[in-house]
Amino acid sequence: MDLSVRIGSLTLKNPLIAASGCFGYGVEYADVVDLSSLGAIAVKGLFLSEREGHVAPRIVETPAGMLNAIGLQGIGVHRFVSEKLPELRARHATVIVNVCGTTLDEYVEVSRILSDAEGVAAIELNISCPNIKEGGIQFGCSLSGTYNVVSAVRTVTSLPVIPKLTPNVTDVASFARAAEEAGADAVSLVNTFLAMVIDVETRRPKISNIVGGLSGPAIRPIAVRMVYECRQTVSIPILGMGGIADARDALEFMIAGATAVQVGTANFVDPFIWTKLVDGIRDYLQRHEIARVSDLIGTVETGAVATERSGV
Amino acid sequence: MPVDVAAEIIANRALSADYNVVALAAPAIAAAAAPGQFVMLKANAGFDPLLRRPFSIFEILCDSGRRPSALTILSKRIGPATNLLYDARAGERIACLGPLGRPFTIVDPPVEGWMVAGGVGLAPFVTLAESLRARRVKTTLFYGARRAADLFYLDFFRALGVELVLTTEDGSAGETGRVVSPLDRRLAALDRQAPVMLYACGPEAMLAATARVAARHQRPCQVSVERIMGCGLGGCYSCVVPMRGEDGGRHHVRSCIAGPVLAADRILWE
Repeated sequence: MDLSVRIGSLTLKNPLIAASGCFGYGVEYADVVDLSSLGAIAVKGLFLSEREGHVAPRIVETPAGMLNAIGLQGIGVHRFVSEKLPELRARHATVIVNVCGTTLDEYVEVSRILSDAEGVAAIELNISCPNIKEGGIQFGCSLSGTYNVVSAVRTVTSLPVIPKLTPNVTDVASFARAAEEAGADAVSLVNTFLAMVIDVETRRPKISNIVGGLSGPAIRPIAVRMVYECRQTVSIPILGMGGIADARDALEFMIAGATAVQVGTANFVDPFIWTKLVDGIRDYLQRHEIARVSDLIGTVETGAVATERSGV
Repeated sequence: MPVDVAAEIIANRALSADYNVVALAAPAIAAAAAPGQFVMLKANAGFDPLLRRPFSIFEILCDSGRRPSALTILSKRIGPATNLLYDARAGERIACLGPLGRPFTIVDPPVEGWMVAGGVGLAPFVTLAESLRARRVKTTLFYGARRAADLFYLDFFRALGVELVLTTEDGSAGETGRVVSPLDRRLAALDRQAPVMLYACGPEAMLAATARVAARHQRPCQVSVERIMGCGLGGCYSCVVPMRGEDGGRHHVRSCIAGPVLAADRILWE
């Protein structure tokens, strides 16, 4: 049974990726997870310098989901390379670095530094954080901005370049196309949905940033639809995410068109989820007599929708 | 190294209309836990509520062979997850991840241990008191609550040889007012040469007041902070506390892995 998938020049041993912002720098989880057992780890977003992020409270729960506005707290690319990357290398983790920037030059510089570092497998461009004004969303919400940042980074690295797209636009697929035209090797989607929670007793927002990004099972059907739409539009691989909580959810994204999937919020609830996901995918492939998980990608049958009740 | 167990509820004892003590069969976690550490609990299957909740480890229970067999948590009803814990029944199972976080630093004689608890902030002090008393440290518990009926485990602490200084907001037991007042007076009366370590857990305002009093009397103070926590392992960056770093600058520190026990004089109280 072959669980490997290909993202451009990169081969992942399985399609499971820890989502950026939900797994620290990976090393935090080294005691509970064999980091080399994951397809890849997308580490927390990095700017050129350190950032302290927003004050607490930074998260609030919602029905089947959570809102966060962390504010991209991070140690900066230099400290990441010197303090975290050696341990990730030693643990044989496949590392995707989430790159942030307030300017085009910052994206380029951070990407260049990471390309020169040993042990980085790919670059995920964070052009979609909804929680800080200057966090790249100005690139992610404009087709030309997306095109420009991808093509600029493309010129300084031979690593796979994977922009992470926001769902907070009218037509995500057009952004996937802009990324593909600019030379992206893949696209990640979706980042969180901009949302708000108010305490009616105090009439105050429940997180300090007032608004934040919604993640968790609540968003999954919207994310699946967006992956499906992008699959119809681009031919580069899609890293699908949004509310995946078990193996069936992961398979749903792959059938919709994702080559690999990222898991974030569910890892907070169950840090031991990764072996359960791998086992669940293996079990599914066995039951359906499918030799390679990559054979599932984009195989959704849209001709006639079944009417019998199943899994009700 | 933390483990996750589907821990059976051995007992769930209501202490009042809001407070309860849940005993969980989790021998591996109980055996590894140190005073001040916590567990992340999920009392329900499914997605609502979605996340686990952090709880200080309240007691370590032992079997007849004196081996740790279970832990308890002290819970106060403040929302959906604590309501589920209040209503949980023996025999049900709860996902329990731990032990997590950095524990208290335990002192030795002649240093005295003064614990300052507010409400449900009593939680980490049963195991801390046991550790201090096992080392024959002279131990005092300053314990404040709304009313007399919300003061728990007093006989336990007395039996352990812990001196109790009680306050209630309504005056129904001990001194009327806040727990920091008698702490302040006792520190003022204490011989400057007599070493003491303060340990505090409770509402944020109480912790800040305790930190101010400790600073004024130039006494070291460890506080166990409570924050909204997403994962308990350092992954989500939800539970940060603003602290003064080695460089003098302001830093957001994850209370799940750098704490929950933090040095009071490094926290930037706001």
